Amino acid sequence: MRERQNRFVVTFRTTTGAMAMEQLCHAAGLPGRLIPVPRAVTAGCGMCWSAPPESRDALEELVMREHLDVDGLYELLL
Amino acid sequence: MIYLDNAATTLYKPPQVAQAVLSAMENFGNCGRGTYEEALDAARVIYDARVRLARLMGCPRADHVCFTANSTEALNIAVAGLFGPGDHVISTDLEHNSVLRPLYRLASQGGQVDFVPADRQGRIDLRDFERLMTPGTRGVVCTHASNLIGDAVDIGRIGALCRERGALLIVDASQSAGVLDIDMERQNIDVVCFTGHKSLLGPQGTGGLCVRPGVEIRPWKVGGTGVQSYSETQPAEYPTRLEAGTLNSHGLAGLRAALAFLEETGTAPIHAREAALADRFYRQVRDIPGVTLYGNYQQEQRAPIVTLNLGDIDSGEVSSELSERWGIATRPGAHCAPRLHRALGTQAQGAVRFSWSFYNTEDETDKAAEAIRTLAGEVL
Repeated sequence: MRERQNRFVVTFRTTTGAMAMEQLCHAAGLPGRLIPVPRAVTAGCGMCWSAPPESRDALEELVMREHLDVDGLYELLL
Repeated sequence: MIYLDNAATTLYKPPQVAQAVLSAMENFGNCGRGTYEEALDAARVIYDARVRLARLMGCPRADHVCFTANSTEALNIAVAGLFGPGDHVISTDLEHNSVLRPLYRLASQGGQVDFVPADRQGRIDLRDFERLMTPGTRGVVCTHASNLIGDAVDIGRIGALCRERGALLIVDASQSAGVLDIDMERQNIDVVCFTGHKSLLGPQGTGGLCVRPGVEIRPWKVGGTGVQSYSETQPAEYPTRLEAGTLNSHGLAGLRAALAFLEETGTAPIHAREAALADRFYRQVRDIPGVTLYGNYQQEQRAPIVTLNLGDIDSGEVSSELSERWGIATRPGAHCAPRLHRALGTQAQGAVRFSWSFYNTEDETDKAAEAIRTLAGEVL
């Protein structure tokens, strides 16, 4: 297994929310990618946006501005 | 073969539609059920289809575009999920059975349904909506354009009335999506139900409903969603709220390609071409002795449909002759529009419906008109 790193994680209540996040981040040139929701956040399935912690401010600003269907924001060792 | 049954389904699509379906079948995983590229590609294409549909319909949020198999399913979801026993709902004589049967079922369960009547020309009076409205009216369910005669309804005026009276407006856009202007914001529409396989030029098995934020539709179908899996109830958030089970991502990839074609080409030029062809046909057949036309052909905005009868000949016979002798595909019979046929007095005879798409030609249109002239000369 790879070495764990600190990540900023955004979870969504729907897959559509996650897809909107990916499209908006690509358009804005913001870093990150979609990964399965880690069990440290919630059990079950679904996908979330995982990005370097230093991008947190820009990503928070984006989800607020676009009214994205966000379930939670986390900093995790993944 | 001359295909003039586009109001039933458009046969000829932009070639990229079939290519997109094939590519999806060869490359897609299950959308929303994984984060590997094949699953994400499916989810990305579906999301892009939502964005394009929201733009086309003036829906304020792409995540309020929910997919179904067709507009019948969408209308069932909207009617059953918004109304119940004790609710008063207004509809019209212009409707298709996809509206009528859900409303008849509502009535059998204790709802009250009134219909704005159509006259013998198939025209409705918008003042009747106001006349039928009561303080208890919960909503209006109305077609944007009749599938039988093509007449369009002034949805903006009905939307303004609904907004003023606190009633919901559900629009059946089966014949108008991609053809006539739809703007949920400007026209005060709460739910637009659409199908992908007609004027949107997509595959069968695709459709959906665009929902105004704040309109709460009870889901009739619950199940797997790929999210909130330990919750015992269906997620409340759109579109997942109405989308239990694996989506038809293969079909939706085709619909997305069709939507891209519509955006690139422009819906106004597409509608102008279809309308010009329908009008060309209308002008050639209107003076043929024995031809009875149904509908208001003076309307500027109407679906590209011309419906007629020859004398008192069974519409099925006329349609069959057109098919066998000239290879012209039309639709006879009742068109799932029983109330309008009753109003027109064509319940027994039915009527022959000709309907155009962007891919028809002037030559095909002229041949169809000539066939009607020949038939009329033979039998009348």
